[in-house]
Amino acid sequence: MTGVEVEPVEGSETPFGHGRMLRKEDRRLVRGRGQFTDDLQLTGMLHLAILRSPLAHARIRSVDTLAAEAHPKVRAVVTGAMLEARGLAWMPTLPGDRQPVLATDKVRFQGQEVAFVVAEDRYAARDALELIDVEYEALPPVVDSRRALDPESAVIRDDLPGKSDNLCFEWETGDAAATEAVFARADVTLSQEIVFPRVHPAPLETCGAVADYDRVEDRLTLWSTTQAPHAHRTLLARFIGIEEHRIRVIAPDVGGGFGNKVPIYPGYVCAVVGSMLTGRPVKWTEDRAENLTSTAFARDYVMRGEIAADRDGRILAIRSHVLADHGAFNGAATPSKFPGGFFGVFTGSYDLEAAYCSMTAVHTNKAPGGVAYACSFRIAEAVYLVERMVDILADELSIDPVALRVANFIQPDQFPYVSRTGWVYDSGDYPVAMAEALRIAGYDDLRKEQAERRTRGELMGIGVAFFTEAVGAGPRKDMDLAGLAMSDGCELTIHPTGTAVVRISVQTQGQGHETTFAQIVAQELGIHPDDVDVIHGDTDTTPYGLGTYGSRSTPVSGAAAVLVARKLRDRCRDIAAHLLEVSPADLDWHRGTFSVRGVPSASVTMRQIAEAAYGDAELPEGLAGALEDHVTYSPDNLTYPFGAYICVVDIDPGTAVVKVRRFIAVDDCGVRINEMIVEGQIHRGLTDGIGMALMEQIGFDEHGNCLNASLMDYLIPTALEVPDWETGTTVTPSPHHPIGAKGVGESATVGSPPAVVNAVVDALEPYGVRHADMPLTPSRVWEAMQKGGSSTR
Amino acid sequence: MEVSVTVNGELVTRDVEARMLLVHFLRDELGLTGTHWGCDTTNCGSCVVLYDGEPVKSCTILAPMADGHEVETVEHLEVDGVLDPVQRGFMECHGLQCGFCTPGMLLTARALLDREPDPSEATIREAISGQICRCTGYASIVRSVRWAAEHGGDGVEGAGLEEVR
Repeated sequence: MTGVEVEPVEGSETPFGHGRMLRKEDRRLVRGRGQFTDDLQLTGMLHLAILRSPLAHARIRSVDTLAAEAHPKVRAVVTGAMLEARGLAWMPTLPGDRQPVLATDKVRFQGQEVAFVVAEDRYAARDALELIDVEYEALPPVVDSRRALDPESAVIRDDLPGKSDNLCFEWETGDAAATEAVFARADVTLSQEIVFPRVHPAPLETCGAVADYDRVEDRLTLWSTTQAPHAHRTLLARFIGIEEHRIRVIAPDVGGGFGNKVPIYPGYVCAVVGSMLTGRPVKWTEDRAENLTSTAFARDYVMRGEIAADRDGRILAIRSHVLADHGAFNGAATPSKFPGGFFGVFTGSYDLEAAYCSMTAVHTNKAPGGVAYACSFRIAEAVYLVERMVDILADELSIDPVALRVANFIQPDQFPYVSRTGWVYDSGDYPVAMAEALRIAGYDDLRKEQAERRTRGELMGIGVAFFTEAVGAGPRKDMDLAGLAMSDGCELTIHPTGTAVVRISVQTQGQGHETTFAQIVAQELGIHPDDVDVIHGDTDTTPYGLGTYGSRSTPVSGAAAVLVARKLRDRCRDIAAHLLEVSPADLDWHRGTFSVRGVPSASVTMRQIAEAAYGDAELPEGLAGALEDHVTYSPDNLTYPFGAYICVVDIDPGTAVVKVRRFIAVDDCGVRINEMIVEGQIHRGLTDGIGMALMEQIGFDEHGNCLNASLMDYLIPTALEVPDWETGTTVTPSPHHPIGAKGVGESATVGSPPAVVNAVVDALEPYGVRHADMPLTPSRVWEAMQKGGSSTR
Repeated sequence: MEVSVTVNGELVTRDVEARMLLVHFLRDELGLTGTHWGCDTTNCGSCVVLYDGEPVKSCTILAPMADGHEVETVEHLEVDGVLDPVQRGFMECHGLQCGFCTPGMLLTARALLDREPDPSEATIREAISGQICRCTGYASIVRSVRWAAEHGGDGVEGAGLEEVR
């Protein structure tokens, strides 16, 4: 048997594309034969280590590298001043800010890059870091985003001419006046401060690179942990001094990304510079502390949510103000027109009269980032806000949280639905997804059980959340990264023997692209997925595209794959028509075979067509020769996956430990290509949600010291903290995606945190708790129990 | 210093620094890159190998400490082209996504099944609880180990497993 199994299609022996299929990439990964960046060993390769700032905010007085340079195994020691001489001390960030590769004037967060060493082995490189002497003049750090704009706070970004405060940007969306008018006449208005703390994607593989610069040819090959190889190539070419056609970026196997591996980090640039200086390949692999303290964090939003409703539970308007902590540099990987990401979808799944959001983003002495951890460009924050506010309203009105949601849902006949903040939801059937979740959960019985347990003093909570995401960026006129439009190319070749190779621009970090994209093409061409090879992760061998994040692989690149396959299939139809001597319109297509309508015996297979195209068959102009084509796809709109989640928790009244007993997730991501892979994506996100809700946080002390710089302090769920998942499916195809798929990579990460928090708050109802901020550690829960109703503001 | 370790059935001897971690010995000295490294603090378990048959985190052991001991890595699970049932189980049940934690999970699963051929879900969760997976949410790993238990979890060959290409 082969490693690939496709569900048999009834009445057909012809292999079929979509369906549960074991993953192609697993063959190497279960054998330990994956190749991750740190696995690479090149002849003569040196190792790079980075010296980082121990202080959050300080002026650099001097950097003494003499002792490090004298280390017998050291080949180069580089400081910010040396990079400055090459014009490389600063690099652009994705949203148009800048960030030091190595600090020159000041350090602005703990863990910031100050110098690097290139040495013969990784141990020696680390040793030499100890020999570098940096003299710092400590400056007062700005740690609390609420204080960042105080006049007395130190100005962090004094590198920017004329900068006299810590404002990063201000942004608003919606109609302030209309929203105010609705709030003024509403029966009920509620307000709550809701914090989504700083968290970190913490992929198990940290970031790293191997740079190999060829001085003779002026060519750079960069193997790196990237989710966006093509974007990285262009961004590097813009500032590093090597023309783009001389740069090759290769993403080998990537050990998880979740948004952490979208930006270019100083370490990649250091590796390139190290290779340029030494003339040898240079490997840089960050350690876990470096990953947690210096690479893209996520969230860090202090949100003021307000909701207005009628007494009978009709939600009229939502208003929010967000204080966004962007850290020392604006490194948020987000489209230029969307400084606050897609937070504008904070109206959620509800049909409102008005909505308004204002956002103030500030700089603090913390690591840059902000858009990461499977957030769908800040929709994780938006969904958390609205789903908490709806629960708070339900509590106020004493309406069941399910009933309140259902009563306010955008109805199926309202799609395409234009939200009050201008987002065009493509399709949805929210009531059916909610009903399915309730059915799986046995919701009514759960409520009865809860009531019964409460009489015994037991703390059981049932949390409900309903999310709508906007993914698959994006229409190229609106969505970009650093000025590069978010469209994706796809190249497809059918070989003379009828097998195919598809070249894609997006980059798997575990999502299974080698399988899914083979299935997509197989479905369109009617050949077996095993006969379709997927090439990805190398800018020299794949078409241009913006990479994998924002759940965009299937919505964008997947659509490109469908369209290029259909294009080639159409050409094959013309060839078939010629071979069968009929008009193309007289041909039927069925899974890899064209046959003359009404004469099924007169048929040709894709393989015969390929043979003819490449062979000596006499074919009209344009049909003979290589069967290959290319498509660049820019979607008409985003896709809007949605889902209904129910979480059941038990809280130990003595210890305040939260145990997630059940988690029910009904996801509608449109048409599913490989059910197994989709389920896996959902399981992952649900685990994220439990992690964020209950244990994950990147915290800082008043000096700006990161308190969660290791996996001992940054807690990630293990198998003991998560339940077996109960999942359900509804399918509402996207009307504009060629196969109706919507994308699913981040749905569960976005949808699950409010379900868990709502469950915990529900469990604490006997204590009068209406809100408590994540992470709901035992101490936080205990605190909420003590404060009771006074925890609500 | 000279260190001799039996790795995947072969005695290997290398002259290494006394402070070298076993994980780096395996990866950098022997080129066995299936064993991964993911944290500095022995929390993640990407580096788990079998050490005299027991799963241990190879970032916690210095290479010289392994002198005279037996180490098995993920590269040793497949025998003569036949996958270990745990490898097959992870493929069948989607027990991996990015594949970074997988070698460690596979070896822990192997050791568990050697000790307890028919483990409950709770036992499996306990066994892998010292390791982190960021992709699967663990349920599919649990199912993968169960699959292996039901299809030759004792490691006996010929449990109906054919070669997987």
